[in-house]
Amino acid sequence: MNWNCVKLNLTAATAALLISGCGQPGGPVPVNADGAGGASDSLMGGGSSFVYPVMNRWTSDYNKKTGVQVNYQSLGSSGGVKQFTVKTLDFGATDAPMNEEQLAEVKEPVLHIPVVMGAVAVTYNIAGLKAPLTLSGPLIADIYQGKIKKWNDPAIVALNSGVALPDADIVSVRRADGSGTTFIFADFLAKTSPEWEKNIGVGNSLEWPADSIGGKGNEGVSAQVQRQANSIGYVELVYALEAKLPVAAIINQAQKPVLPSVESVTAAAAELTTVPEDLRMSITNATGDGAYPMAGITWVVARETMDDASKAAALKQFFTYILSDESQAKANELKYSKLPEKLLTPAREKVAQIKGKP
Amino acid sequence: MSASPSFSPLTGEPRVRPFASTPSRTLRRYDRLAFGLSVVSGLIILALLAGILYQLVFLSVPALQRFGFGFLTSTEWDPVHEQFGALPFLYGTLVSSAVALLIATPFGIGTALFLTEMAPKNVRDIIAFVVDMLAAIPSVVYGLWGIFVLAPFIQEDLSPVLQKYLGFLPLFQGRNDGVSMLTAGIILAIMVVPFITAISREVLLTAPADLKAASLALGATKWETIWKVVLPYSRIGIGGGIVLALGRALGETMAVTMVIGNMPEISASLLRPGHSMAAVIANEFREADSAIYLSALVAVGLVLFVVALVINLAARLLLWRMRGVAKN
Repeated sequence: MNWNCVKLNLTAATAALLISGCGQPGGPVPVNADGAGGASDSLMGGGSSFVYPVMNRWTSDYNKKTGVQVNYQSLGSSGGVKQFTVKTLDFGATDAPMNEEQLAEVKEPVLHIPVVMGAVAVTYNIAGLKAPLTLSGPLIADIYQGKIKKWNDPAIVALNSGVALPDADIVSVRRADGSGTTFIFADFLAKTSPEWEKNIGVGNSLEWPADSIGGKGNEGVSAQVQRQANSIGYVELVYALEAKLPVAAIINQAQKPVLPSVESVTAAAAELTTVPEDLRMSITNATGDGAYPMAGITWVVARETMDDASKAAALKQFFTYILSDESQAKANELKYSKLPEKLLTPAREKVAQIKGKP
Repeated sequence: MSASPSFSPLTGEPRVRPFASTPSRTLRRYDRLAFGLSVVSGLIILALLAGILYQLVFLSVPALQRFGFGFLTSTEWDPVHEQFGALPFLYGTLVSSAVALLIATPFGIGTALFLTEMAPKNVRDIIAFVVDMLAAIPSVVYGLWGIFVLAPFIQEDLSPVLQKYLGFLPLFQGRNDGVSMLTAGIILAIMVVPFITAISREVLLTAPADLKAASLALGATKWETIWKVVLPYSRIGIGGGIVLALGRALGETMAVTMVIGNMPEISASLLRPGHSMAAVIANEFREADSAIYLSALVAVGLVLFVVALVINLAARLLLWRMRGVAKN
C-alpha cells in the first residue's frame, strides 16, 4: 500500500492528486517541493472567519512557493477551537484566547501565537453629517443600554461641539450571530463602563438590554445601518473600510479621540508595557496617545508537542512564513493590522517551541 | 426479452395478464426484491428520524436538567451569564408562522380557484408557472429583498397606515424599524403561497365535473358552485396543503433571520422585532463557546422538532375527523 503510493507519486501526471492523498497521518512522508525532507505537505486548519481573507492569501502564496497545501476553513473561532481540541485540525485560529476550561480539555500544552490584529469600528447613519462623530466607551454603553435615546443628547453633544446632531431616536444595530467582533466591542465597553460589566458582561453573544436590531454578519449589520436613518452599529474595521462606511473616533485611555485605521491598531499593541508570557491578552482600551481602543488580536493555536513529527515540522515552517515581514506586509495590504515588534518577537519564539513526539 | 416482466406505464405495477395462471418465477423474484427494497428504504427513514430525535434529546439533556421546565417559560437568553430560556424564540416561530398562514391561505386558495375555475388556458399556464417559480427562489434572496424592499415599505408606508386605522389594537403599536414580526410573516407568506396553491389546484381539479354541472343546472351561480360544491369537496386536500405550508414556515431560517430583527423579546405588537427558533440556532451555533450554551441551542432544536411534530399530528387528526364527517 505504502509502496504503491510512493511509486505512483513519481509519475508527474498524478503527482498533484496523490500528494494530498499520501500526506494523511500514518502515510509515508513525501518530500516537499523545497526539498526539505521530513515535513508533511498538507496541513488542516480552521477557525476565525475574521482572519479568513488574509489566511486564504497566505495559504495560496505559500502553496505556490513551497507546494505545501494548507487548508483553512472559516468555521468561526469557537468551531476552530473545538475541532482543534478533538484533533480534526492541526491548528486552530481564534479571535478570543482559549479560556482555562477549553485549555483543560486539550490536556496538552497549547501555544497561542498572535498572527494579525483587527479592530471594531462604530459606524452610523446620520443624514448630512460630514465630520466624523466622536464617541466614548461609556457613551456607547449607554446608547446600547437604552439610556441615551436621542442623537442630540447633551452627553453626545458635549463630545461633538459644533456638530449639528438631529433630535431623532437612535436605532442601535448589533450582531445577531455569535462573533469575535461582539466580543471585542463588549470587552472595551466593560472596561470603560462599570455598569456594562455588571449588567451585561463580555461574550461572543450577549443579552442585549434595550431595543436593538440584530443583523447577521458584518454585512447584515451594515445593511441595516445603511437602510435605517439615525442608526448606529459596529462592524469589523476591514469591512467598514472596504464598504466606505462613516466611522466614529473613539476616546481612548489617554482621553484622545482616535479614528480606527490599520496604523492606529498596530499602535494599540506597540505601546503595551507588559506582554504576558503565554501571549493570551486583550488590547482593548490600550494605553498610548495614538492607540485605537477597540482592537483585538487573532491567534493561531497549536499543540506544543504534536503526535506527528512531519506535521510539526510543516506547521513550524508555515507559521514562520506567516510571521515573516513579507507576510505581515501582505496583511497590511488587506487592511489588517500587522503585529508590532513587541509581539512579533515572542510570537516567533513560540513557533520555535513546536516539536513532534520523539 | 419476452421473459422480462412488463409494467404498466400508468401505475408502475406489473402487468397482470388476465389469463396467465401464475406469475412467472422471474416476476416473483423481482417482486420480492422490490418488496425488500421498499421495506428497507422505509426503515431507513424511520431509523433516521429516531436517530435525530435521540441525538437531540441526548445533547440537550444538560440544558434541560439545569433549567428544567423553566427552559420553556423563561424569557431570559443570556449567554454571558449562562441563563437560557426559549420562550421568546418559541413565541416568535409560532407567531410569524401564524401571520404567514393568515395571509397565505386566502391568497393561495384564491389563486388556485382562479387557475382551475376561471382563468383561460394560456393565462393559467403562465400564472401556474410563475407561482411554482416562487417556490424555487432561494430563501436568502427573499431575505435580501426583505431587507431592501419590503422592510422600507413596511416602515414608511404600511405601518403608518396600520397605526392610523388599527393603532388602537396592541398588535399595531410601538415604533417600527422595518424589520419586525410582521415583515417576517409577510416574507414567509410569499414563500409558502406556492405550496398552498399547487396542492389546492391539484385537489380542486379532482372535484367531479358532473357535480359542478348539476349545481349550475339547478340555477346556482358560478360563485355558489365554487363555495358550496367545489370547496367542500376539496377542503381536506386544501387542509393538507396548508399543513405543508405551515411546516415550511416553522423551519424557515435564512429569510426570517434577515428580516425579523433577532431580538429575543415578547411583544404584543407585530411591528416590533422578534426572534425565531431556527434563527437563533443558525446564528449562535457557530460561536457557542460553552457546553451548556451548545446544549441550550440543541434544546431549542428539540423544541422546534416537537412543535413541528405536534402541529403535524394535530393537523392530521383534524383532517381525519373531517374525512370521517365527510363520509357520513
